[in-house]
Amino acid sequence: MIAPAVGVIFDGFAYGMLLFLLSVGLSVTLGLMNFVNLAHGAFAMLGGYVAATLMNTLGWPFLATLPMAFLLTGVVSVGFERTLYRRLYRAHDLDQVLLTIGLVFISVAAAAFFYGTQQQPVRLPDYLRGYTTLIGVNFSHYRLFLIVVALAVTLALVLALERTRFGAQVRAAVDNQRMAQGLGINVELVFAVTFALGSGLAGLGGALAIEIVGLDPNFAFAYLIYVLIVVAVGGLGSIRGSFLAAVLLGVSDAAGKYYLPSLGSFLIYLVMISLLLWRPSGLFGRAPT
Amino acid sequence: MSARQAVDPHRHLSEGRRWRAVEIVFWLATLLPFVVVPSYLTLASQIAITAIFAVSLDLILGYAGLVSLGHAAFFGLGAYTAGLLAKAGWGEPLSGLLVAAAVAGLFGWLSGFVVVRVRHLALIMITLGIGLLLYEMANRESWLTGGNDGLQGVALWKLLGRFDFDLYGYTAYGYALVVLLLVVLVARRLIHSPFGLSLRAIRENERRMPAIGAPSRARLHTVYTIAAAIAGLAGGLLAQTTQFVDLSTLGFQRSADLLVMLALGGTGRLYGGIVGAIVFMIARDQLADMNPQYWYFWIGLLLVGVVLFLPNGILGGLARLLPLERNQAGR
Repeated sequence: MIAPAVGVIFDGFAYGMLLFLLSVGLSVTLGLMNFVNLAHGAFAMLGGYVAATLMNTLGWPFLATLPMAFLLTGVVSVGFERTLYRRLYRAHDLDQVLLTIGLVFISVAAAAFFYGTQQQPVRLPDYLRGYTTLIGVNFSHYRLFLIVVALAVTLALVLALERTRFGAQVRAAVDNQRMAQGLGINVELVFAVTFALGSGLAGLGGALAIEIVGLDPNFAFAYLIYVLIVVAVGGLGSIRGSFLAAVLLGVSDAAGKYYLPSLGSFLIYLVMISLLLWRPSGLFGRAPT
Repeated sequence: MSARQAVDPHRHLSEGRRWRAVEIVFWLATLLPFVVVPSYLTLASQIAITAIFAVSLDLILGYAGLVSLGHAAFFGLGAYTAGLLAKAGWGEPLSGLLVAAAVAGLFGWLSGFVVVRVRHLALIMITLGIGLLLYEMANRESWLTGGNDGLQGVALWKLLGRFDFDLYGYTAYGYALVVLLLVVLVARRLIHSPFGLSLRAIRENERRMPAIGAPSRARLHTVYTIAAAIAGLAGGLLAQTTQFVDLSTLGFQRSADLLVMLALGGTGRLYGGIVGAIVFMIARDQLADMNPQYWYFWIGLLLVGVVLFLPNGILGGLARLLPLERNQAGR
């Protein structure tokens, strides 16, 4: 009775950590610029394909591909930010939605063109395979590794945001963009760097996700919805909110699949709608002033 | 506009209501498929149905400024209502269509309580969530909806007791065209009424409207319900003319495609969605041999291009070239 429950919570927590990595960047950039970036999932997919290519074509070890997935995705994303996104910061939601949906369509087609529609294989090093059994529960090594990475990233993010000068600038810009600009903070630069970091984290999440959920051209759409749920429920610009929302979503998804498989994703959508009705700016978001 | 004296609102509205020559030419041109390309009448009826659907989205998106990613919920609801009604033995098309619109409108009214409360990301997520919720529900209740196989055995009676739904689509296209015309007439009347004017004002500045005595939420709720009913009408038409309903009527893809069409044609211009539907559907038909994945590559490129270079869509671009639409209250 207890062992399956622990197993479900463990798997759900690991899944939640993955969702956190995939979505935290979007939460911060949305809080900063209020730009509805539906292409965030496409950046995560890019990270996944970077890792898969390095591993399968160039024979890199798994761990070495992770920083590259982070870096390359960050660089590519900032290219898009500088050329396309920045033109629409003051535009209506609709234009932002259309532009970024367009980018998702393009990325899905491009991934299918270059890699085909099949799932990408992943070769894990031996020490990440297998599992350890404790009190009758199988703890997969890979999921433990995922949790450790995500917690390390969270810690680094929180420290960077609360202890560094750049972090203070980001917080100031999220709080009040005009005021921050008036104080001499280069908000555009802050935003570009944050955007690159956030998309890079999505890329890292995409690379780490291959083992758990697989990678095919539909990734950009399939996980977009989960990412958006985390961001909307957690509240824009809130790392704490994203973390809690991701854990909540991960655990309830795992629990739902285990205990109420007939309900499918039904429950999650229902919970999201009710939460947003209760708090339209998310659990930890502040009401718009 | 700036130098002009205060405009009498009634005159402003009645000027907008006047029929322009382009419109009359357009409606005459919709009769052409009967003579010129009778083999494409099925496609033409699908275009007309999609155009109705696009007009309904334009009412809430183009005029009232509510971005919805789940408008297919109402389309699918209308389609399943009409389909199930016919399957259950009541195959009379017109009453079936009205019931479809009523059911979708009722659901629109109910979900409207939720939708008008939120903005921005929360609005996008809630409309998306409602759409996904209905899709999941239809998928799960396959005893009713047929699940992935779709709804089989939809049998319609003759339209008005005289016109059979033929294989070539004469009846289907005529039927869809008449409904489209009626929908456009209603939408036109709505847009060029004080109510329509207040919707545009809400789009421009939502907080100011209550200050001058117009309740924003109540107005948005009304137009959301109307748009839902019209979307249900479109869905019901599709079910009746194809005598088949499947889950794709509720899918996210349909909502996304609709947004693409509307943006392509131009939002807030009434005919934008119709033009967008014509261009989009004909292009898709012509490129049908293409792998759908690559078709979406071009759609994506088109979207990026439209957003960056043609922000008011095809009609907006034309209006800039020709001073025809000066009186149109587009953006």
